[in-house]
Amino acid sequence: MARVTFEHVTKRFDSVVAVQDFDLKIADKEFLVLVGPSGCGKSTTLRLLAGLEEISEGKIYIGDRLVNRVPARDRDIAMVFQSYALYPHMSVFDNMAFALTLHKVPKDDIRRRVSAAAQILDIETLLKRKPRQLSGGQRQRVALGRAIVRDPAVFLFDEPLSNLDAKLRVQTRAELSKLHQRLDSTFIYVTHDQVEAMTMATRIAVMKDGLLQQVGTPQDLYERPANMFVAGFIGSPAMNFFPVTVSGAPEDVHLDAENIKVQVPAAAAPALAPYLGNEIVFGIRPENIHDREFQPSDIRGAALEAQVDVTELMGNEVFLHLLADGEQFLARVDPRTKARPGNTIQVVFDMDRMHAFDPATEDAIALAPA
Amino acid sequence: MARRNPSTATEAALGGLLPAIRLGEALKWLAARVPIHLAVIGLAALWSVPTIALLVSSFRDPRDIATSGWWNAIKSPLDVTLDNYEKVLETEGMARAFFNSLIITVPATVLVILVAALAAYAFAWMQFPGRNVLFLIVVGLLVVPLQMTLIPVLRLYTDLTIDAEVPVIGGRVFGTGSYAGMWLAHTAYGLPFAVYLLRNFFGSLPRDLFESAYLDGASDLRVFFRIVLPLSMPAIAALAIFQFLWVWNDLLIALILLPDPNLAPMTLKITNLVTSFGSQYQLLTAAAFISMALPLFIFFALQRYFIQGILAGAVKG
Repeated sequence: MARVTFEHVTKRFDSVVAVQDFDLKIADKEFLVLVGPSGCGKSTTLRLLAGLEEISEGKIYIGDRLVNRVPARDRDIAMVFQSYALYPHMSVFDNMAFALTLHKVPKDDIRRRVSAAAQILDIETLLKRKPRQLSGGQRQRVALGRAIVRDPAVFLFDEPLSNLDAKLRVQTRAELSKLHQRLDSTFIYVTHDQVEAMTMATRIAVMKDGLLQQVGTPQDLYERPANMFVAGFIGSPAMNFFPVTVSGAPEDVHLDAENIKVQVPAAAAPALAPYLGNEIVFGIRPENIHDREFQPSDIRGAALEAQVDVTELMGNEVFLHLLADGEQFLARVDPRTKARPGNTIQVVFDMDRMHAFDPATEDAIALAPA
Repeated sequence: MARRNPSTATEAALGGLLPAIRLGEALKWLAARVPIHLAVIGLAALWSVPTIALLVSSFRDPRDIATSGWWNAIKSPLDVTLDNYEKVLETEGMARAFFNSLIITVPATVLVILVAALAAYAFAWMQFPGRNVLFLIVVGLLVVPLQMTLIPVLRLYTDLTIDAEVPVIGGRVFGTGSYAGMWLAHTAYGLPFAVYLLRNFFGSLPRDLFESAYLDGASDLRVFFRIVLPLSMPAIAALAIFQFLWVWNDLLIALILLPDPNLAPMTLKITNLVTSFGSQYQLLTAAAFISMALPLFIFFALQRYFIQGILAGAVKG
């Protein structure tokens, strides 16, 4: 159990910068999820911490120990790989006992620790099998077990759920969260799936092109994204963006486009007043756009006419692909909606939940004091 | 129960048809498979004929061999003799030659595997300057004809001769007429191919396995012995068979580097049989079969390692 500190870490592969000036403190017992699209440097960051790649610049600490020059085997880190990386010629027991044998742990102790881990993961009956005799889900558990028996300072996970089917993934997600509570240890988890990040993390770090974009709790990132990238990446389906012009007066701010004219709530108006006459990007999540007929009563919204392009029934809700002003956007509405492709319907934007971004920097404009 | 009746009726109606459908499928399957099997069996039989001829002849009387073809033995299958083997082993020194072949071949095979595996691991997985250039040089050595090296090696061996008798097995300690010299020569000649073969195999092992082992606390040497070697048994078995056969069947190097007739391997002895006895085919066949027996045994012993799939389950494909 330990905290992990990245101090201005940079990793270059020849001329390509994979990770740039990565600066992050991860507290003891935290479940930090590194998330971002493929090629954003999240896996490289994890491998730098594991000691599988050399750092080009900066420092990494595990606890108080500087580990830049410490080889992977001495970092007291356990990692669960996307491919599971089980030793195919060893039984499940030997796979789990391998690290302990290397560290010369007494045999009785090894047996005790392996069976304890096997019990936690419910794989006690599989201990004598070889990896090829296991299903994907079972292999995944063995890989977890191999990490657990080590009782390491930090657990690393490199997209461990991507090879599981959808149902098993949901189940394993919950189990990983439980495991984190039970082991009370530091977890660092890499994924490209924002749902995994949102459901398991105590804090999420979003990366893009080797740069850290924002770090915060899932709630933080969802409600107060720092820029358009985070806003678009966190939340599914993604946030809608509209280029609009800020107009009106300081106390009565409107956002205008050709056929869109929405009023900004009074609380957000002062923040947008400096942009009067300028263009900004207006952002709103699909779940904050409602079918006017089934609009929740507590919403102070701005109504808008939109053409229905496609409808997708999800059961508990309907995704409407809408068109207004030539802009395509998505709404998650009540399943009772009567909207059909080709119809024109009235939708309501829940303006209390609007976001605004500077089009030049793509950074968020803080609308209300956080 | 009543609701089940219709389906039972349908099943009953279909029941009469099912065997016919199955028979049709089986015939189709046979029609597709039989030609392939016939071709494979035919080829295998054709290739086996000389070996079978050799085996049959080695048990026949010299007069029979001289007067009739080996297939005539099928008419009187019990008319066999072990005289040829007895004579070859006892009076022609084939037993000692067999022992010599074994002493030369086993270490020359083990050494090649050991050195090549370590080198291949380094070439495949360790980072060091000049790695690719060194590997290219090693692979480049594959094209150097063995004959070109005989004179320099012979001169080197003459210069480096350590002229003391080795106890028990005999021969010099080093130089021409020494087992150690043969081991070294065969190892050196076998290495380029061995390194090439193993490096390619090691290189195809999943990187995650190595990284996982490093994180588990393993050193390079541990990874090599605990992960790489067990997983590479198919490649090592293949290499072992190649190298064993190559050394076992070698005549040229033995002819040049082993002037001492007491140390001569079977290949040399068999060659001498031809020259000294002219057409004594009965002895030649027996000797040749003795020399074939061990490689055959080795092949059958190691062939199960050829079965791939040892890697199944390592990483999700």
